[in-house]
Amino acid sequence: MIKKRYLVLADGGIYEGTAFGGEVNCIGELVFNTGMTGYQESITDQSYNGEILMFTYPLIGNYGINFDDDESVTPRTAGVVVHELARKVSNWRSQMNLDEFLKQHHIPGIAGIDTRELTKIVRVQGTMKAALVNTLEQAQAFLQSDVKKTSPDLVTQSTTQNAYPNPNSGKRIVVIDFGLKHSILRELAQRQCNVTVLPATATAQQVLNYQPDGVLLSNGPGDPKDVPTALAMIRTVEKTVPLFGICLGHQLFALANGADTYKMKFGHRGFNHPVREIATNRIDFTAQNHGYAVDAASVQQTDLLVTHQEINDQTIEGLRHKKYPAFSVQFHPDAAPGPHDASYLFDEFLDNIESFQRQRRISTHA
Amino acid sequence: MPKRQDIHKILVIGSGPIIISQAAEFDYSGSQACLALKAEGYEVVLVNSNPATIMTDPEIADQVYIEPLTLEFVSRVIRKERPDAILPTVGGQTGLNLAKQLAEAGVLKDFNIELLGTSLHSINQAEDREQFKELMQKLGEPVPKSQTVTTVKQAQAFSEKIGFPVIIRPAYTLGGTGGGIAENMTELTKIAENGLDLSPITQVLIEQSIAGFKEIEFEVMRDRNDNTMVVCSMENFDPVGIHTGDSIVYAPVQTLSDREYQMLRDVSLKLISALKIEGGCNVQLALDPHSYQYYIIEVNPRVSRSSALASKATGYPIAKLAAEIAVGLTLDEIKNPVTQTTFAAFEPALDYVVCKIPRWPFDKFNHADRLLGTQMKATGEVMAIGRNIEEATQKAVRSLEIGENLMGSPALTKLTEQQLTERLVHARDDLLFCVMEALRRQWSVAEIHELTKIDEFFLDKLSHILEIEGFLQQQSNNLATLKLAKQNGFTDVIIGKAWDQTADEIRKLRQVNQIWPVYKMVDTCAAEFESHTPYFYSTYETENESQPSEQPTVMVIGAGPIRIGQGIEFDYATVHCVQTLKAAGYRAIIMNNNPETVSTDFSISDKLYFEPLTLEDVLNVVDLEKPLGVIVQFGGQTAINLAKPLADHGVKILGTAVADVNRAEDRDQFNQIIEELKIPQPLGDTATTNDEALIIGRKIGYPLLVRPSYVLGGWAMEIVHNDEELNHYMHAAIEVSHEHPVLLDRYLVGKECEVDAICDGETVVIPGIMEHIERAGIHSGDSMAVYPPQTLSPAVINQIEQATIQLAHALNCFGLMNVQFVIHHEQAYVIEVNPRASRTVPFLSKTTKIPMTQLATQVIMGEKLAQLGYQTGIQAPSKLVHVKAPIFSFSKLNQVDSLLGPEMKSTGEVMGSDCSFEKALYKAFEASGVHLPAHGNILMTVRDAEKPQATELARQLVQLGFNLFATEGTAQYLSERGVLVKQRVEKLSANSPQIARLLTEQKIQLVVNTVDDNMESVNDDTKIRALAISHEILVLTSLDTLSAVVTMLQSQAYLIQAI
Repeated sequence: MIKKRYLVLADGGIYEGTAFGGEVNCIGELVFNTGMTGYQESITDQSYNGEILMFTYPLIGNYGINFDDDESVTPRTAGVVVHELARKVSNWRSQMNLDEFLKQHHIPGIAGIDTRELTKIVRVQGTMKAALVNTLEQAQAFLQSDVKKTSPDLVTQSTTQNAYPNPNSGKRIVVIDFGLKHSILRELAQRQCNVTVLPATATAQQVLNYQPDGVLLSNGPGDPKDVPTALAMIRTVEKTVPLFGICLGHQLFALANGADTYKMKFGHRGFNHPVREIATNRIDFTAQNHGYAVDAASVQQTDLLVTHQEINDQTIEGLRHKKYPAFSVQFHPDAAPGPHDASYLFDEFLDNIESFQRQRRISTHA
Repeated sequence: MPKRQDIHKILVIGSGPIIISQAAEFDYSGSQACLALKAEGYEVVLVNSNPATIMTDPEIADQVYIEPLTLEFVSRVIRKERPDAILPTVGGQTGLNLAKQLAEAGVLKDFNIELLGTSLHSINQAEDREQFKELMQKLGEPVPKSQTVTTVKQAQAFSEKIGFPVIIRPAYTLGGTGGGIAENMTELTKIAENGLDLSPITQVLIEQSIAGFKEIEFEVMRDRNDNTMVVCSMENFDPVGIHTGDSIVYAPVQTLSDREYQMLRDVSLKLISALKIEGGCNVQLALDPHSYQYYIIEVNPRVSRSSALASKATGYPIAKLAAEIAVGLTLDEIKNPVTQTTFAAFEPALDYVVCKIPRWPFDKFNHADRLLGTQMKATGEVMAIGRNIEEATQKAVRSLEIGENLMGSPALTKLTEQQLTERLVHARDDLLFCVMEALRRQWSVAEIHELTKIDEFFLDKLSHILEIEGFLQQQSNNLATLKLAKQNGFTDVIIGKAWDQTADEIRKLRQVNQIWPVYKMVDTCAAEFESHTPYFYSTYETENESQPSEQPTVMVIGAGPIRIGQGIEFDYATVHCVQTLKAAGYRAIIMNNNPETVSTDFSISDKLYFEPLTLEDVLNVVDLEKPLGVIVQFGGQTAINLAKPLADHGVKILGTAVADVNRAEDRDQFNQIIEELKIPQPLGDTATTNDEALIIGRKIGYPLLVRPSYVLGGWAMEIVHNDEELNHYMHAAIEVSHEHPVLLDRYLVGKECEVDAICDGETVVIPGIMEHIERAGIHSGDSMAVYPPQTLSPAVINQIEQATIQLAHALNCFGLMNVQFVIHHEQAYVIEVNPRASRTVPFLSKTTKIPMTQLATQVIMGEKLAQLGYQTGIQAPSKLVHVKAPIFSFSKLNQVDSLLGPEMKSTGEVMGSDCSFEKALYKAFEASGVHLPAHGNILMTVRDAEKPQATELARQLVQLGFNLFATEGTAQYLSERGVLVKQRVEKLSANSPQIARLLTEQKIQLVVNTVDDNMESVNDDTKIRALAISHEILVLTSLDTLSAVVTMLQSQAYLIQAI
């Protein structure tokens, strides 16, 4: 039986579609993602915590859901908006369909939406609060509520509560989980890193207690300014251990070093964003998922150097500390979903560690 | 990196005539490349032998040469122009091959010319089987394992090693004869034995079979900084085993997870980097549907048919960027021409689905082998865009104009279960319709998948269409169902059929209930960035993005897919019409569905609607845009067929009025005009029953030219010599009825001529007369022709001129008109009038230098020819002689007879121009790929009626130094008349291998074969022709062509005579 559902925008727009997935209502920021594959990775990405994720590609669910491609254990994407949900799933790895998966995780979905129209609305008006509801009364109730309010504790929801290891034989890496994507762990594991994941609240002392060879600041949801406790930790750690920030981790690295961040109009969500490495002119197509960015002007007063830029809108995509072996990127070198063009950055991180340790050996023995 | 300053002049090589597997896509890519290079400030020299292209227009390059694409002539162009570099990557395989020849002949080195885009080394690495295998091994990328073997034992050993199934491909056999797939050792032994037997060099290739794998394509780009990117991914509906040109293709890929997609993306980028291509490249991959195992099938180091499709599918102009990259620009410094706000370094994101379906020539070649395999057979293709697969697929199906839809084909319902199974296992061009038939018989998706290996995802989409058809039948007049059907691509005609209403009634119902299509933009970025691309497709959703304008607007209907009889010429005319409209200040809109062509480049018109060309689709756009009118006379029969229905719906047709079009096409009305004007025409009449036809036949007298009315390219046209043949034709070849009468004309033997005229109601401009080399009876599209005429008397020329002027006035022609004549005993008879642009427009425009389409468009929009500086009558002839030669694709189509007749068979044309007829003729032959030796062996087998004429020609050939081989009767006749026949050969039907051996061993350089009327001989001759063609030996089936050849050879011969 086809059930109606409504997508309600804070500007008053109400769009009728058909319901799938979880049978609950949700409220979140409506954002769009332009990837033509990778819906499973996106939905399970903690960076979408609190967001209603709309796919611009019109056919979603074609290859089903498998057990290998999740990016977190408990997806926290608020809701999913598609033009058409696949009737038939076809892929050798598929274990269930998207509808079943979203039901399992109580995430509501809506299909039959003119997603191109909605994408243009978000593009023009910017990311906005929205809701998925089952009745028109609920839609009105949402519009009358204080829809502006955003949740400041998204990272608290997404991070792990306890430290846990991902043991291996290589470098000791502490990963700070602000909403960690599993693919970051996959990349580190491929490089034999001996990983310990710490909660977002970890202090510098807690981090350094592991005597890590390097520290990785993970991606995560929401406004970097909602995670002030991390800044002091970063300021201490970067002085003594090579550091690598990804996405939210990149923004926190910038804030910790005196730069500022701002909320973008509709962000970058997709994986066709061309990024230039300024030093080499190398261009990579990168997976991106961020609604905030580092303010270019604010970097000038700091010890940070801009290393990467988005070609089209010149968003800052990478920073490096002038004094310490620390760098960060706004995009996802861990891909998934998206191109592998920038996975070399994990090697650079490990090279950084290597040369930092070599230098330290030289200086201590000198 | 800025563009290169060290090169100034660039030679671009075109792809030559349209043949199967190399079609209009290279006109699109070549024109784009030339214009891009010009815009960057380079001096561009173009060489191409195909006059029917936009590419060979004088505006496209600084110097345009319409010359044969041979080493000899391109070298001449190089010596004259001294270019610094050559761009060989936009002219298809022809361009690459020529570049290779130029390099190997030392021409590039002698003149210090650089190859842009792809190095010779890369071309070889991609094209040479062994070098490619080596490169893949070096990169660690898998290719299907294969080995050449010469004994059954070797075949067994290798198959054992790689595992079954294996494919056996015998070397040098016609169309892969003797090959096959072996599932086990017993089968292998049998096939390999047979294959080795059949192969003239006793060699077969054993290859690991990956049939049934998913076929995936990536269009990738790379610049000199090694920046690489994917423009478009595509997934074939048909699994590996069917040529991608013959496959239904969807973009983007549909059934791959991101992990699989990225894996194949990585491979594709790795390949383009390894080949160091600067520009575009096509990578074809096979992916196991049950694992991550993949194989590289093929890499094309150039722009291709797939890249044209990818360009239209994404909006991203690959050829333009490939040219810019070739001169040193990088992806991050070229603006994205679509958004104009972003850069070219951007992987397009689609928010729609694209479906491409090939257009095959089997409606014309009904005896052809319709099985699909590794040899491409389609002449063209259509593309459709929708927001779901059902919509895109149904739009594509109706764009094909083959009279089919997915609601069942009567012919297929008659198939037995076993026949249908067979059709599903061994795909033919009608596979899609057979799948629908199987679904209709409630065969399960799993079952059909088992037989076809088509992914169940696609099969389920087709069964969804069937489900909706079911809803329609159950729920008459249900608005929700109507909406659902429209969203899934159902036409008003189909819905009306289910609801027992006319399409107009459904249209009305939609009107009342506001169920309208909206138009969405193709913008490369899924609406992420603002863009202003004037490129739209229809769908049934909420927001309409296409805004009409106050500016006076004109709509031009294109010609749809390239097919035999309706080729690239009509795209040429469409493009020129639009350009003229724009220059005159109108807002010009194009509607078309062919992804290969220049007309569907969104930068050509003010707005492009990529849509099917049916009445409903056109009316929908008319409703939105409210144009001043619609122009139909440049889009071939596709567009002209829409004239009446559009007019009936109140749409203004610009140019010749619909009533006048009908007066030209309706036999009775036309006869009346001809009689009033007292213009001679062959006796003729129209029959609506078989009996009537026989009565008419006897009245007019045989031989008769018979054909159905309203035809395209002479479809089902035949010459019959007696009652019996006429009877056979009426029963076997066609179905006659009152709606579909048959035309019968006295067949006059004589020279054929044609003219195109432009008329404005007062002035009638005739740019020139084309004189056909073959006599009437061979379709004008298949004839060689020369302009200006070489043998017509002033009296005949005057008759042609006067008749054309009279007809133009009598038919109230506004715009273009084409008239065909046969000259019989010094009298010009009118045989056909077409009140629209014809196939000859580009040829005549280029040779007479009169911009015919421009003038016609100006006339259509109300300007007067007199004011434009033209006067009535035939215009002054050109000083040069221009010969047009048709190009056939027989070697690609098994079981299609190369015998020429009233039905058109050619796929393209070339032009040879020079200061004498003989030289022009030589160039035309060279451009056709026919290199005639100055001496050698000629096999003649001539029918009785033509033996006298043949004797004269044979005598001349012997004088020129050729050796004659002839079959019994011909040899006898020639010898008796003193012509030296070197060897008599036995007919094939005498069970002698003699002819076959001569042809197979290529001992014969030319076959002259004219057909006798008895069946045995027809069979015999067909085999001889097929054999010759498969060994690339020139076959002439008309003594007129031979006569032209003799003339040409004589002009090149020297007198070798003792004193």
